[in-house]
Amino acid sequence: MPTDRYDAIIIGAGHNGLVCAAYLARAGCSVLALEAGKQVGGAAVTRAFAPGYSVSAGAHLAHSLAPRVIADLDLAAHGLRWAARDLNTIALAADGDHITLGAHTVAGRGLAGADCDAYPLFLKKYRRFAGILQGAFMQRPPRLAHRSLRDMAALARLAIKTRLLGRDLMRELLRTGAMNVYDVLQESFADELLQGALGMDAILGSDLAPRSPGTMLTWLYRLAGRWQGRGSGVAAPAGGMGAVTQALGRAAQAAGVEIRLETKVRRVLSDKNQAIGVETSGGAHIHSDIIVSNADPKTTFLELVGAPRLETGFARRIRNIRMQGKAAKLHLALDGLPAVTGLDDAQLGQRLLLAPDLNYIEAAFDQCKYGDSPARPVMEISIPTLHDPDLGPAGQHVLSAVIQYVPYRLRSGWDTAARDALKQAALTCLESCAPGISKQVTAWELLTPPDLEQEFLMHGGHWHHGELSLDRFMMLRPVPGAAQYATPLSGLYLCGAGSHPGGGVLGLPGRNAATEILRQLR
Amino acid sequence: MTTGQADRRVLPTPFHARAAARCDVNRWSHWKAYTVADCYTSLEDEYFAIRNATAVFDLSPMTKYRISGKDGLAFLDKLLTRSVCALKPGRVMYAVWCNDRGNVMDDGTVFQLDEECWRLCCQERHLDWLLDNAMGFDVRVEDETDAIAALAVQGPTSCRTLKAMQLAGVENLRPFQLHYFPFADTRLLVSRTGFTGDLGYELWIEPPYAEQLWDALFAAGESYRILPNGTWALDVARIEAGFIQAGVEFVPATDVVRPDRGRSPFELGLGRLVDLDKPVFNGRQALLRERKTGSRYRLVHLDVAGNKPAHEAFIYNRRRQAVGHVTSAVWAPSAKMNIALASLKMPWGRPDDELYAEIYYNSELQWQRQLARCKVVQGAFFDPPRRRQTPPADY
Repeated sequence: MPTDRYDAIIIGAGHNGLVCAAYLARAGCSVLALEAGKQVGGAAVTRAFAPGYSVSAGAHLAHSLAPRVIADLDLAAHGLRWAARDLNTIALAADGDHITLGAHTVAGRGLAGADCDAYPLFLKKYRRFAGILQGAFMQRPPRLAHRSLRDMAALARLAIKTRLLGRDLMRELLRTGAMNVYDVLQESFADELLQGALGMDAILGSDLAPRSPGTMLTWLYRLAGRWQGRGSGVAAPAGGMGAVTQALGRAAQAAGVEIRLETKVRRVLSDKNQAIGVETSGGAHIHSDIIVSNADPKTTFLELVGAPRLETGFARRIRNIRMQGKAAKLHLALDGLPAVTGLDDAQLGQRLLLAPDLNYIEAAFDQCKYGDSPARPVMEISIPTLHDPDLGPAGQHVLSAVIQYVPYRLRSGWDTAARDALKQAALTCLESCAPGISKQVTAWELLTPPDLEQEFLMHGGHWHHGELSLDRFMMLRPVPGAAQYATPLSGLYLCGAGSHPGGGVLGLPGRNAATEILRQLR
Repeated sequence: MTTGQADRRVLPTPFHARAAARCDVNRWSHWKAYTVADCYTSLEDEYFAIRNATAVFDLSPMTKYRISGKDGLAFLDKLLTRSVCALKPGRVMYAVWCNDRGNVMDDGTVFQLDEECWRLCCQERHLDWLLDNAMGFDVRVEDETDAIAALAVQGPTSCRTLKAMQLAGVENLRPFQLHYFPFADTRLLVSRTGFTGDLGYELWIEPPYAEQLWDALFAAGESYRILPNGTWALDVARIEAGFIQAGVEFVPATDVVRPDRGRSPFELGLGRLVDLDKPVFNGRQALLRERKTGSRYRLVHLDVAGNKPAHEAFIYNRRRQAVGHVTSAVWAPSAKMNIALASLKMPWGRPDDELYAEIYYNSELQWQRQLARCKVVQGAFFDPPRRRQTPPADY
């Protein structure tokens, strides 16, 4: 007979799972969170990658953790500290004429005055659009053609906010909303390095290149996710990204959530289309009428539930979610601070981009889309040890880089030679800006998309749990029929990045899912 | 129905040479990718062969899928709206299947040929849907439409004909049972099924044996007034039996452009084929909702006054409001009734509703309009006891 019974079980204690668990527990539910890994955090964890060196193994910068979640769950009281806030973005140039992109200004030796003038106006305009998205981020996506007052009100709010933009801005939203970021940046700026840096924000973590349709939307999405006050909104938590989820874990536990580590869920149990519990890989059955999955939609529906328990049209939609990760992580242990031509130590601690122009990005994408590793990788780089020396031995440093456009299925297969080649290609690119860095490397780790899939149990290694694009947006995310967190299997809910508003360490899918569950419980 | 528009090639069926030799009036139409005879001699002769003797219909173009593997039954249980508990080797089942909206995609029959082997026979093509329905099941789905030739042998003397063909024990087949008989150096599958609402069988064989089967059948049936029948005669018989046809009584859910134009099983009078107690099947959630909120349509059998078939007629209520339309209509020679199948808006079609069919007909260039009183009939228009009798009497 079952001995375990909870009001709600959370599958996966990633950041969204923990947020959802904490909100549910604070509302009085008994909540059990099951985590397959050795620590909570999912893809937002800090872990060792070489003796003495630790790194944020998945996400490495906090772009987007919602201030509302930080405040509601009082994460500061649970130990969340920022090692650095409002980091600028520095677009690296081989000749040392880097560009620094701030929240409102851009600066660089070679930068034309026109671009400097255009930059704040450009951001101001798109922040207005992003503001409409931000409002929608905090709510369950409205259902279309549904008679509920709540859905109609939500749609009306969106319409009113759009209307309030006024004629000119509405036209601009219509005109640019579905454009690609390449075309918009071409008409807005002359400087290629600046274009490359801005374009990066549209494509990071996605299967899109600057010329791909819909990349203005993904760019707006990232802009909306940066809850900017006066600064850029990009921050480095003390202790790496794991510190965010550790704080979330403590907040959840303080609210009464029970967390079980190293407990992988094998199956969602159901009776007559009602979820009744989970079966762990150890074979134990734990019962609850509410099961909340922080796993991605494909893992949730095709593995934990299984297509035989889903109606075929729905299973077909789940199968068709595009979920092949195209981003890899490279972690380097360095025996000293790398010397980047033209940057001082403080600047080295900012968010560094290696994407000298939009065509460079597009070329890397082209190689990747045909199954090859990029010869000249696009990278987002952080050196966390500058703010947070505890992550490495004294005087030594850690470099963490997201390499964009690394195929999940490499044509030649992911063997040792292929990994070495990709690392070497990345180092060669780094050398162009930081001469001598190769000789500083004492240890390294490369996580390809299949590695990320295996370590973080994300289908396809896709860290947004499915492409963030117009066809997977709001009431279409992850698919119609599961876009309001509830699923066709009664009692099963989604709370991960596969749900609205999506990926990035936002915490909002978890919060919105909890709100929806509590609303249905009332 | 002529549904050949999408098909590029039109093929002869494996019986074509024999059928063509018998087709005096040379009337043909396309059925999926094949040519079939609409009429061989006369509609009346062929219809009365179905009801009074033995009629043979070439149903080779019927879409056929082979489903095999250990999860086959679970696969079918999810696909079909009804429970498949009653299926076992040697059994045939009539069923419908729906999309997630609860709209009927098609109706058809499932034959359990073996412990782990089934055949699904239907009107439309569904391979992509079946393959997607197979996700997560250990099951194989193959289109075997072209690999099986089939003849329907229907009518009161059909059993005697098959006995004369030396199919020993064929009289013991109950309705919706199947059995293999030795034939030449192969096996002939015989099922007691059909689309006429009469005593009858369907014969299934590999194409190379098709002509040999035709010859043996017609030789055996000679003293039992055997005749080939075309689609026209079959259509009269099926309407008389009250059977629905895809593309006529409903638009298959895959072909529907306006999503509200599909029909649920309840709306087709097939509620008995829906088992909402099954935990999962395609369309269950939508059909559960429909049970709560009510159906939009009702399919009814109408006895129409007069003798003019109410082809495509509007149906009116007493206040002359249009409440639906006729989908199939014919003068039924055996039921001796002017009959129609009609799709009516709810709540119309109750037993006591006063309904009228607006019938237009042309007599020697003089168009006439008639408002014919209609009576709702429960059950089939024509349902002879021999349809269920086992063993059937030797007519």
